[in-house]
Amino acid sequence: MNLFRNVVFIAAIAGLVAGVVLACMQAFATVPLILKAEVYEQAGGGHQHEYAAAPAANATDTNAMSSAAPAPAEAAAPAEDEGWAPADGFERFAFSVLANIVTGIGFALVLVAVSEFAGGIGNWRQGVFWGLAGFAAFTLAPGLGLPPELPAMPAADLTERQIWWWATVAATAAGLGLIAFRKSLPLAILAVVLIVAPHIVGAPQPDSFETPIPEGLHHQFVVAVTVTNLVFWLVLGAVVGVVRGRFTGTATSLRDSFA
Amino acid sequence: MNTASVSLGASVSSQSRFTQLVLSAFLGIFVIGVVGFSHIEAVHNAAHDYRHSMAFPCH
Repeated sequence: MNLFRNVVFIAAIAGLVAGVVLACMQAFATVPLILKAEVYEQAGGGHQHEYAAAPAANATDTNAMSSAAPAPAEAAAPAEDEGWAPADGFERFAFSVLANIVTGIGFALVLVAVSEFAGGIGNWRQGVFWGLAGFAAFTLAPGLGLPPELPAMPAADLTERQIWWWATVAATAAGLGLIAFRKSLPLAILAVVLIVAPHIVGAPQPDSFETPIPEGLHHQFVVAVTVTNLVFWLVLGAVVGVVRGRFTGTATSLRDSFA
Repeated sequence: MNTASVSLGASVSSQSRFTQLVLSAFLGIFVIGVVGFSHIEAVHNAAHDYRHSMAFPCH
């Protein structure tokens, strides 16, 4: 299991670095927008789950019950127990950082494993290109159908969206792999079909798009999420390239040499 | 992409190599799944801001 150990080792370093970078960017770019959105969410009657039926808002008179909000009563579920949550402030931030690092390592594991099949990421520049591919598969493609959402925004069923998300990631990654590593026109066409297919099927959409969140705030958030993720993926790929290159550079028999 | 001819664990048999790489990839997917996609309320709340910031399907 030397190979496995080496992959985990490289992924751990890259995930740690890229996760910390992403957490810092989020603290300045996305989290302030989430906190702003939560003010609207609270004004609209607390944390709404599943079909965040924004029209059910009690505070706003403008979208009264007459606006085809089907059975708002069942969405209400007053004083719903939401279980444990980190306290606002440092604790909440700490858990975000932790989540960033842990999933950073998760993304790095996938990236390193997949790239090893294609010969591995040899240096930071190759890493940047692999990072671009990761960004396209994990952020860009699913983000087209399911744009980054703020709290209190309406959304379709959670499980359906998660399935669509993973299917889109898999199809896009497979398509990009075919384009990059197979020199055949039919396969390239198949790749385009794979990349386009999830968007023809279409992401699960909510019944209503009404939300108390201002359009401008949401747009700002979409930009912030996309850009921070782009940087995250570039850093992740580059660090993988550097760390891996360091070991292939210094040790002739890599598989037995470290970790 | 041709410069990286040195592969990790090149001496490992190709079947074992395949298994180990697939294993690592699944480990990564599992980790992302638990932190970013778990329906458990406490896990969701802990990583709430992160999930939104990653555009993971949330709520």
